[in-house]
Amino acid sequence: MSFEATWMAVKLGLVLVALLQVVPIMLWVERRGSALMQNRLGPNRIGPLGLFHAICDSVKFIFKEDAVPAHVDKFYYLLAPMISVIPSFMTIAVIPFASSISIGGQVVNFQIADLNVGVLYIFAIASLGVYGIIMGGWASNNKYAILGSVRSSAQMISYELSMGLSIVGILMTFSSVKLGDIARMQGEVLLQLGPLAIPKWGIFIQPIGFLIFTTAVFAETNRLPFDLPEGESEIVAGYHLEYGSMKFALFMMAEYLNMTVGAALISTLYFGGWQMLPGMSYLLDALNLSVVAKDWARIVFEATSFTMKTLFFLWFFVWVRWTLPRFRFDQLMHLGWKGMFPLALLNILITGILIYLGVL
Amino acid sequence: MLVKRPTGLLQKLYFIEIFSGLYMTMKQFFIGKKVTIQFPEERREYSNRFRGQHYIKSVNGVENCTACMLCPTVCPAECIHIVAGERPDKEKYPVKFEIDVLRCCFCGMCEEACPKDAIKLSNIYEMSLRERRVYDKEFLMEQRGSK
Repeated sequence: MSFEATWMAVKLGLVLVALLQVVPIMLWVERRGSALMQNRLGPNRIGPLGLFHAICDSVKFIFKEDAVPAHVDKFYYLLAPMISVIPSFMTIAVIPFASSISIGGQVVNFQIADLNVGVLYIFAIASLGVYGIIMGGWASNNKYAILGSVRSSAQMISYELSMGLSIVGILMTFSSVKLGDIARMQGEVLLQLGPLAIPKWGIFIQPIGFLIFTTAVFAETNRLPFDLPEGESEIVAGYHLEYGSMKFALFMMAEYLNMTVGAALISTLYFGGWQMLPGMSYLLDALNLSVVAKDWARIVFEATSFTMKTLFFLWFFVWVRWTLPRFRFDQLMHLGWKGMFPLALLNILITGILIYLGVL
Repeated sequence: MLVKRPTGLLQKLYFIEIFSGLYMTMKQFFIGKKVTIQFPEERREYSNRFRGQHYIKSVNGVENCTACMLCPTVCPAECIHIVAGERPDKEKYPVKFEIDVLRCCFCGMCEEACPKDAIKLSNIYEMSLRERRVYDKEFLMEQRGSK
């Protein structure tokens, strides 16, 4: 196997395994975290701290009867979970999880594909996820399911707009859509305050964009406070009402994978991606390693920083879910069209003026 | 009733309210007192007036009951069935004392009606069964409490 193919296989394996591990871990975090926030203890019976409950879940999902209700449109009913889970796997491809390293004169980029359309690819693929939801709701032949999917399509289309507009500011400042470039350029120093150097992270140059983008990501991943597509108390479970066993698990997986991609995207665009956390570069210098070892240590540190940032935002998703109540549908549309959309446009205008004046 | 609450600009911006909410959940996460009772190991303490599984109080292994039939008379669910008999010393006693526990509504009126302090409702609440069970006299004679 050639050098490039070998490294591609290694990277693919690494990312895929890490991504699949997120789902059971997030299930655990969601359960125990929500319990502790509500002054309960949560599931703690199986394994240390209840960590193996997720394994029991997956075993149950796999061995459960794979029932298909008689009144559904079978083809689309079976297609919908697949359609919703595949885009979630595809989008992670362009997110860089560490910088590059040169091995024997050949450069290895720690990113599966450095597409020149970069972040646009993520939006293009992520918006395909809505087809799975619409198909699931329509094929289920159930009033609640179709209500859920209609809500979800309206919500996703409305929030995709402000999501796309909110990152225009970032793209203007870094004049690139390649996520690798954006992550690299965020290492530059924005302000030097004595010994404290504030890096050019997206959050510091685009705070409004960050707020809009994060809110839009919540809406895009159908998480609370925007989980109207499944709103348990109103429409039972929404689009996945008629699904059971592994088919339901696929919808669940798609939600958590979307969250992961969203969190990774937030940390790449606004928190420096693989740029090391404060203090890590001092630690790297203090370790006194040889040149090659230091290079590899740098990669490990960068990947760790990226993972920690992503995990923080995954935790943030859970945190917000158990803090805020669900929006009403008119409130959701109000916030999307009258609040975030104009604000995103205003953000672009301000960024443009600042770039014209030479501040950014 | 729809109550109009005053909302200033800060409330309409959501953000400050959201952050105070996030602070609240985090506070509960770390320092909130957890209220879970881990059932098989820990049990909830009920008051002594709790009406649970029945028993017939006995003194020196002889039941207090004299089969006066007040409890089956007062029982609204009609779940107590007594067959009275006579001891050699001419004292009336229950030959059979059965409680159809699936009919019982645990109102405790039998306990209140009993002139001899015989039928009692204990504190025991774990009574789930796999089949329909009628509590017979032998079962009821087990002393399950100190009421």
